[in-house]
Amino acid sequence: MIVTRGLTKRYGRTVAVDAVDLEVREGDRYGFLGPNGSGKTTLVRMLLGLVYATSGEIEVLGQPVPKRLADVLPDVGALVEGPAAYPHLSGRRNLALLDAAGRHRGRRTRRRRIEEALERVGLAGVDRRPVKAYSLGMRQRLGLAGALLDRPRLLVLDEPTNGLDPQGIKEIRELLLELNRDGTTVFLSSHLLAEIEQLCTRVGIVDHGRLVLDGEVAALRAATGRVLLRTPDPAVAAAVLDGHLEHRDGEHLVVRYADAAELNTRLVSAGVRVSDLREEHRTLEQVVLEVTSHGSDRFGGTR
Amino acid sequence: MIGVELRKLALRPRVWVSVLLLCLLPAIVAVFLATADFAPPPGQGGAFLSAVVNDGSLYPAAALALVLPLFLPIAVAVVAGDSVAGEASGGTLRYLLARPAGRTRLLTAKLVALAVYVTAAIAIVVLTSLVIGILLFGTGAEAGPGGQTAQVVTLSGTSLSSSSLALRLLGAVAYIVLSMLGFAAITMFLSTLADSALGAALGGLAVLITSSVLETLDAAAPVKPYLPTHYWLSWLDFFRDPVLWHNIDRGVLLQAGYIVVFFGAAWANFATKDVTS
Repeated sequence: MIVTRGLTKRYGRTVAVDAVDLEVREGDRYGFLGPNGSGKTTLVRMLLGLVYATSGEIEVLGQPVPKRLADVLPDVGALVEGPAAYPHLSGRRNLALLDAAGRHRGRRTRRRRIEEALERVGLAGVDRRPVKAYSLGMRQRLGLAGALLDRPRLLVLDEPTNGLDPQGIKEIRELLLELNRDGTTVFLSSHLLAEIEQLCTRVGIVDHGRLVLDGEVAALRAATGRVLLRTPDPAVAAAVLDGHLEHRDGEHLVVRYADAAELNTRLVSAGVRVSDLREEHRTLEQVVLEVTSHGSDRFGGTR
Repeated sequence: MIGVELRKLALRPRVWVSVLLLCLLPAIVAVFLATADFAPPPGQGGAFLSAVVNDGSLYPAAALALVLPLFLPIAVAVVAGDSVAGEASGGTLRYLLARPAGRTRLLTAKLVALAVYVTAAIAIVVLTSLVIGILLFGTGAEAGPGGQTAQVVTLSGTSLSSSSLALRLLGAVAYIVLSMLGFAAITMFLSTLADSALGAALGGLAVLITSSVLETLDAAAPVKPYLPTHYWLSWLDFFRDPVLWHNIDRGVLLQAGYIVVFFGAAWANFATKDVTS
C-alpha cells in the first residue's frame, strides 16, 4: 500500500527525513512511532503530496507519488496534524464543501455519505452549531469523518486521538479496528506508545528522520528469556534456583530461565509455593527507548 | 471547484460586510448632496457629482468614481489576500489538497471566484446607487433642481440616450473588473508567498499605495505607463463623447499583462511549494 525507497527531505541544512525505506502492506495496521520532531509529519505530508521529497521514491496504492497523486488520493483518507474546518460553518456544511472540492463522487450521494461518515465517528446527532463552538474532541471526530467520506482503502492518520477523552479514544480505536476488518489499511502516526501498542500489528520507529526499527509488534515484544516469579518463600526459591537467579527483591524474583512451565514444576516439586509466575516480555516502551534518543524538542546539554 | 469557492465566499459574513460598506459610501454622499441645495461646481469633488444633481440615473457612475480609488481595492485585497494564505493558516489548505482538489485547479477556481465577487460587488453598487440616485435626484425627465429638464450629459457636455448610457456603464463596469483583477492577481501571488492573510492583503495595499505615490511623481515618468493603477481611472473615458478608446485599450492590455504575469507567478510558486501549514 505504501512503499518508500531512500525517501529524504531536507529543509536547508536540516534533514527532516533521512533515507527512509518504508513498507506498509495491504490490511496492515501500521504504527509509525517516534518522538516529537522526528520527521513523522513530514513523511506523512510527503505521502499525501503536500511536501515534495528531496530525493527517493514514494509509491502509494501501487502508484508513484506525487506523479499520479490525482489517481491515488481519492482512495486515501487523511488526518494530518489535527483537524481543520471553516470555523463559522457547521460540521455538515464543512463536509459538503470538502466533498465537493474533490473530483466528483456524485453530488446525489453526497448527503448520504456525509451522514454515514458522521455516524461512524459518533457525530450523527450533531446540530447546526458552527465548528467554532465544537469541543476539541468533536473537531477531531469531524476531521475523521472528513477522512472517511469516500470509504478510502488507506487511512493515513496523524495523532487521531489527540484531544479525545479515554472513552473517545476507545471508540476511535474500535472504529479503526472495524474499518481494518473491512479491509481498510491503517497507517497511524503517533508518539503515544499505548495507542500504537493497542492498535497496531506492525510498527516502524523513527528517530531523527531515520527509520531505526521496523517489524511486527509481536516479534518486537519477544520474550526476554527471563521469568518473573513471586513467592512467599523467597529464600527457599533462591536456594533451589541458584545460578539462575538474577535479581531478588522481597517476594519478587527475576529468574533467567527459558521455559516458564518447567521452572514452575521444578519449584513446586521442591516445595516452593508460587503465587505468580510469568514470562517477561519486552514492552514496546523498552524497545522504543533502546533505539531512539531524546526528541528534538529537548534542548538540554547532551549527557 | 469554482462552485465550492463561490459558496465559501457567499457563506462568509465579511464578504457581505465589504459589499455593504461599498454601497454605503455612495449612499452617504448622495444624502449629503440631496440635503444641500447647491450642486458642487463642475471639476470639484468626485467625477460626475455636479451632473448627478440634475439626473439621478448618472449616479451609478459617480458611485463607481467614489469607491474605485480606495474602497474597492481594499475589499479586493482582503479577499484576494485571504485566498491561499487564509486557507493555509486555517489548516484547511492541506485537506483541500489531500482531497485532492489539485493545486492548479484550486488556484484557478479562486481567481474565477474572485472575479465573480468583484463583478457582483460592482453590480450591487451600481444597482443600489441607481435606486438611490433616482429616489433622491429624480431622472433627467423630471424637473431638476434648477427648474429645467435635462438629459444625461457626458463629460464632454453632449447628451446621452439611456440605452447608450447603459452600454457605457456596462463597458465601464467590465473595465473596472479587469483593473481589479490585475490588482487581485498581484495580491493573490503575495497570498501564496505569505503565511498570513493579513500580511498578503497589506502587501497588496502597499503595492497600491506605492503605485499611487509614483503616479504623482514627475521623476517617475518613465515607469508611469506600467504602474498597475495608471489606467484605473480611464473607465471615465467611456462617458466621453465619442468614447475615448486610447487609454482604455492600453489599460486593458496592461491589466491583462499583470494578470498573466502575477497569476503565472502565483501558480509557479503554489504548484511547487511545500505545504507545511
